[in-house]
Amino acid sequence: MTAVDLPAAAATAAASAPNSAPRSRPGRVPKKVKRGIVVVVLLIFSAGFLYPFAWLLAASLKTRGQVFNNSLAPNPIRWQNYADIWRELPLGHWMFTSIVIASLAAIFVAVSSSLVAWGFAHFRFPLRNQLFTLVLATMMLPAAVTMVPTYLIWKHLGALGTWLPLFAGNLFGSAFYIFLQRQFFLGLPRDLFEAARVDGASYWRTFWQIVMPLSRPSFIIVLLFEFQASWNNLQAALIYLNTGSIEQFTAPLGIAYAMTKYSPTNGGHADYQFVMVAALLVTIPMLVLFSFGQRYFIEGVATTGRKG
Amino acid sequence: MTQVARQPEAGKVGKRAPAAKPRQRVKYNRRETLAGLAFISPWIVGFLVFTAGAMIYSLTLSFSKYNLARGTMKPIGFENYADLFDDPKIVAALSNTLIYTIMAVPLEIIVALGLAALLNQAGRGAGFFRTVFYLPKMTPSVATASMFLLLLNGNTGAINQFLGWFGIEGPQWLVDSDWIKPSIVLMTLWGVSGTMVIFLAALKNVPRELYEVAELDGAGVLRRFTHVTLPMISPAVFFNTVILSIAAFQVFDQAYLLFWRDQSGGAAGASDSSLFYAVYLFQQAFRRFNFGYASAMAWLLFCIIMVVTAVQRVVSNRLVYYEGEVK
Repeated sequence: MTAVDLPAAAATAAASAPNSAPRSRPGRVPKKVKRGIVVVVLLIFSAGFLYPFAWLLAASLKTRGQVFNNSLAPNPIRWQNYADIWRELPLGHWMFTSIVIASLAAIFVAVSSSLVAWGFAHFRFPLRNQLFTLVLATMMLPAAVTMVPTYLIWKHLGALGTWLPLFAGNLFGSAFYIFLQRQFFLGLPRDLFEAARVDGASYWRTFWQIVMPLSRPSFIIVLLFEFQASWNNLQAALIYLNTGSIEQFTAPLGIAYAMTKYSPTNGGHADYQFVMVAALLVTIPMLVLFSFGQRYFIEGVATTGRKG
Repeated sequence: MTQVARQPEAGKVGKRAPAAKPRQRVKYNRRETLAGLAFISPWIVGFLVFTAGAMIYSLTLSFSKYNLARGTMKPIGFENYADLFDDPKIVAALSNTLIYTIMAVPLEIIVALGLAALLNQAGRGAGFFRTVFYLPKMTPSVATASMFLLLLNGNTGAINQFLGWFGIEGPQWLVDSDWIKPSIVLMTLWGVSGTMVIFLAALKNVPRELYEVAELDGAGVLRRFTHVTLPMISPAVFFNTVILSIAAFQVFDQAYLLFWRDQSGGAAGASDSSLFYAVYLFQQAFRRFNFGYASAMAWLLFCIIMVVTAVQRVVSNRLVYYEGEVK
């Protein structure tokens, strides 16, 4: 029903059936006004949510003396901060490290989780449903329980201080992504794969040539989610890279270091403008990722909720 | 979920071997079984080593004293667990974490649901607002913490400046022990959009007819919300409550970055009032290398989370409405 014939319909409804009075009660707020109020409230909230970004951008362009004033219009605008940052901090190294680790983490976990999910979705074997319940159960396990043993495993393998512990564990799949991919696979028509089998394609080939291309949307969701999670991962970097040289840090670990370095309580000179430049520069890749993959992020999160 | 999984099977079994249908046991094809196991083998290996193996290792560690230099364990019985109860920092960390959880989770649910309800009414503009609300969720926690370190500054921070416009003298957010937890709640709320998106999806699934019927019966906005919306989205409320509680019990990044990032034990103002459980566990494990003690701490956390989740589940069985459920 379009907006034009809505009042007309309401009028006829009111005329023909006096019982439906609520629709045309004079005290009611018209729909347009209601929507207007909603939009105004949302605009106020948006201002609150966006303010820190505007503040960050402004702060990153200020001098040391002005970084604590909350003006959104820095005067003078110090573009020089964006040139100096590379000499102040090894931010280039950090970003590079984070890009490599996040890419490997994303690809590893997406491929391994897809394989496992296909195993659970397509094949019938003893204890399959029990094993899948176990997959879901591992999602409840607090990371703290396995944190120390995992550290000791990597220590035994001589991988401390390397990037390996930050992505290699992803080769074994991850419960949430297995769940996500399996949900998607279950929605694919089974006949397609039966047909491929009849045509003589092996399970392996069927998976790579038919299943994977079809599951591209959910594969991308997994890639994006894990890239973001890895990019954001402070704790693993604290555990595995903290003892190495500063150049070896990931971006989150590096910025944590910078926060301390410039802190006056640690003998720094409160050059927080550099921390803000770095904070902005590590946020931008995520914003770019979101601008391209917004649909996937939203859909992925919404799918999470359907699990309950 | 399991139903969805079984449907294609049932169809197939019926097509291929109708005789097998009445039989209780499903006969498995050996080739198919092997192929299935091969596909899930990465998970099996990972589970055996990094989950089951690690859990057993962790449990053993929790009853041992670990010698870092030699890499050996000495069994000491329940000593680590006994020490937990004598450690005043455990009490502080646990109560801080609990208070934070009690503050954060209901607020997150309310704010996320409120925003989702507004978005659901916003018509064509909803997409734009959803994007805006989602941006904080994309921001790495280090960036969030760097920003809020200055935004929450008690003397010069923008948040107190804003409160000042209304004649409110803002607190010393990051220094006053009573305001440390609300500070972190505030940062968490900034990134509440994930929860919001789940609620939005749930709201979109509420059949319109229900609202129309309720409206005809004379139900106002509030009654429609409590009698139609809430029951229909109660599975999402339950799911979000469980997930957010588990996350809140493990809050780490913000607390660590704002108060404990200094290697030597704590940044300025670090005190027991900013000590959260996951932070203390991390310090015990990777700053002092008390692996046994840290493992005991981890198992205590595990038990707490299990109990809380179980309680939430019992409560939810009475309150959550699942469509199509037969009672």
